[in-house]
Amino acid sequence: MGRKLLLDKAHIEGIRYYDVYRKNGGYAAAEKALKSMTTDQVLDEVKKSGLRGRGGAGFPTGLKWSFIAKPEGVPRYLVCNADESEPGTFKDRYLMEFLPHLLIEGLLISSYTLGANSTYIYIRGEYAWIPDILEEAIAEAKKNGWLGKNIQGTGFDLEIYVQRGGGAYICGEETALIESLEGKRGNPRLKPPFPAVKGLWQSPTVVNNVETLAAVVPIINIGGEEYAKIGVGKSTGTKLISACGNINKPGVYEIDMTISVEEFIYSEEYCGGIPNGKRLKACIPGGSSVPILPANLLLTTAKGEKRMMNYESLNDGGFATGTMMGSGGFIVLDEDQCVVRHTLSLARFYHHESCGQCSPCREGTGWMKRVLLNIENGKGKMSDIDLLWDIQRKIEGNTICPLGDAAAWPVAAAIRHFRDEFEWHITHPEEALKRNFGLAHYADPLPVPQPVA
Amino acid sequence: MAEEKKLFKVTIDNISVEVEPGTTILNAARQIGGDIVPPAMCYYSKLQGSGGKCRTCLVKVSKGSEADPRPMPKLVASCRTTVMDGMEVANITSPEVIEARKGVVEILLLNHPLDCPICDQAGECHLQDLSYEHGVSATRYEFKRRTFDKVDLGDKIQLHMTRCILCYRCVFTADQLTEKREHGVLGRGEHAEIGTYIKESLDNDFIGNVIDVCPVGALTDKTFRFKNRVWFLKPVDAHRNCENPKCCGKTTLWMRGEEVFRVTARKDVYGEVEAFICDTCRFDKKEAKDWVVEGPRNISRSSVISQNHYVKTVKPQETIEKVLDGRKPKLLMDIHTVSEVNRPGIDLSQIEGPAHSDDFNKKGVQ
Repeated sequence: MGRKLLLDKAHIEGIRYYDVYRKNGGYAAAEKALKSMTTDQVLDEVKKSGLRGRGGAGFPTGLKWSFIAKPEGVPRYLVCNADESEPGTFKDRYLMEFLPHLLIEGLLISSYTLGANSTYIYIRGEYAWIPDILEEAIAEAKKNGWLGKNIQGTGFDLEIYVQRGGGAYICGEETALIESLEGKRGNPRLKPPFPAVKGLWQSPTVVNNVETLAAVVPIINIGGEEYAKIGVGKSTGTKLISACGNINKPGVYEIDMTISVEEFIYSEEYCGGIPNGKRLKACIPGGSSVPILPANLLLTTAKGEKRMMNYESLNDGGFATGTMMGSGGFIVLDEDQCVVRHTLSLARFYHHESCGQCSPCREGTGWMKRVLLNIENGKGKMSDIDLLWDIQRKIEGNTICPLGDAAAWPVAAAIRHFRDEFEWHITHPEEALKRNFGLAHYADPLPVPQPVA
Repeated sequence: MAEEKKLFKVTIDNISVEVEPGTTILNAARQIGGDIVPPAMCYYSKLQGSGGKCRTCLVKVSKGSEADPRPMPKLVASCRTTVMDGMEVANITSPEVIEARKGVVEILLLNHPLDCPICDQAGECHLQDLSYEHGVSATRYEFKRRTFDKVDLGDKIQLHMTRCILCYRCVFTADQLTEKREHGVLGRGEHAEIGTYIKESLDNDFIGNVIDVCPVGALTDKTFRFKNRVWFLKPVDAHRNCENPKCCGKTTLWMRGEEVFRVTARKDVYGEVEAFICDTCRFDKKEAKDWVVEGPRNISRSSVISQNHYVKTVKPQETIEKVLDGRKPKLLMDIHTVSEVNRPGIDLSQIEGPAHSDDFNKKGVQ
């Protein structure tokens, strides 16, 4: 049984309410940080912990916090990125729904460290019921003196605001999120300037994911060094994994990043194996935007070692033989799954979610989707595979924000590892169509742009 | 004594230049000039916040700066990336950049029709130039292209969204030059389009500038549309005392004989206006007597617009005879023995205006 730091109290009945949370050790970290530590000391603990951003990029949190500009007379902001829209990723939802006070406590400590007196939780529009839970928890925290003016007599003021997004995937990108928060169209900004210098309302801003901010609580509770002992290498602490797909026990798991992928999929403690005894075909371990890996590469690294559930091991060998930890959206595919259809599904998603600001993403994602649609519907040509490869290369790295990369990587990885499946679709169009069950929804569902009347 | 400004040295395609801090790579390249200047479809130096969207100006930063010589991991938009001291940039010398630019051109042309023979922007279209320089002869896109009906944005401007590449220049122009927000980008992703707020028309006195900033033929001047091809017209610099205090009154008239076909702002070598002009100058002053003509507009010789506009040229010195010790080159065929079209006796630079068949029929001219 791995060590649990975030979900250790999740099983306690009523833990989402202040009284139960407080009775079970809640707000002890906030009390410690605000009453007995300076902001530099808190920052130092976070740096020592080696905590990496849990939103997907894995950038060291302490380092990110240390970048924040501190000009005189200019407010600083902390924004909690709760716009969890990556297909396959639903761990933040679990945290916010069942442990809202853990997030609020994390926000409180982080805001104190950064010198932010206004903090925003930008939450995905589709999480319709969660803002109410957060609002209720915020009201409870305020009532008990953990928010508002002069928190617990420490002289620190903090207000937390919950802002609902409109349901756009791109608003999970930090600069698009800031634009949306400012009431504008959620288009990513060009960097530099980075949010740490000019973010929300042109003020220094830190944007962190829900899990990252929640992880600050156990770091302060047990100390940065102790936290860094959990895990391995630069993958310190625990990580939430949202597992789904063809597994017996889908759900959100907290792991300490020392277990193997094989153990995670097959052990009873976690996913519980694949239903009906079917074989493992492939897996996307970090949310839909990270490259898919076939079973053989998923269980063994390029060096021939056992693949572990951590940043380094999952990335071993780069994209040729590895993938990414990403946000921890673990999607398992059994032997019956069609990689072409799966890739088409992702391509449709990224095409639909492109903001349209820059040309490669706006036009390229649609092109990829249409070529994939042809292949899936038995109308593909052999040259389409190379064409797809070429299109994704034209998108990757050439766009304003990482959505272009997110759209390109799944296609590239699918061709790299499952080219034979694409070829089979093209050489056996009728069988491919039968396999596709003649699903009408695989016709292009998006309306063709209508001419202006 | 004024303190001397520290300049940053930047090397672009092995050519060094010293520029002020805060200068973008694109503008540093423009200070050098020539082929190393990256193309830009959405950047417009006169519009704040423009650039970074079309991705045609991507370059490779092979050395970040003297202090941090690490290369940048990805290609960067030169129009929005500022230089650092000691930075080294590769534009046309980088195969990676050329390849990426070809990709961007192909992607820009997925939905943009190459209908130059009927497009009003032909001859002065930046995408046309870009596609000639980086494009391929055929597209690999086999799907239905998006098409739109033409829309009149007011009585003087027509929008043909089919040709729009969503560079946002017109949106920035309307936002920054006029007093109210006139139009913007509606929809998202591939469905994005330029439109006005609930069919309102663009009626501000500076809105005509959206035509000048459009790099393709999406926004056109209805007072000129299809009246002539630009290369048949003679551009001249002219000015008038414009009553509008914000208008400089300095324009380019596009004339044929005494007839003024079109009035535009004066554009530099990068197709950017020197100063914006008002709608009165642009749309209402179409008589030669309204203007004080300053002289012919200097158009780049490489531009299609310069065709038929002969300026006195200095003929290059013949060097072949010198190289061959005075012997004349042996011609396999003298074109003039089989064709009467090209007559070496006629000096085109001596002819006023476009050459005409009459010029070749004059007696005594051989």
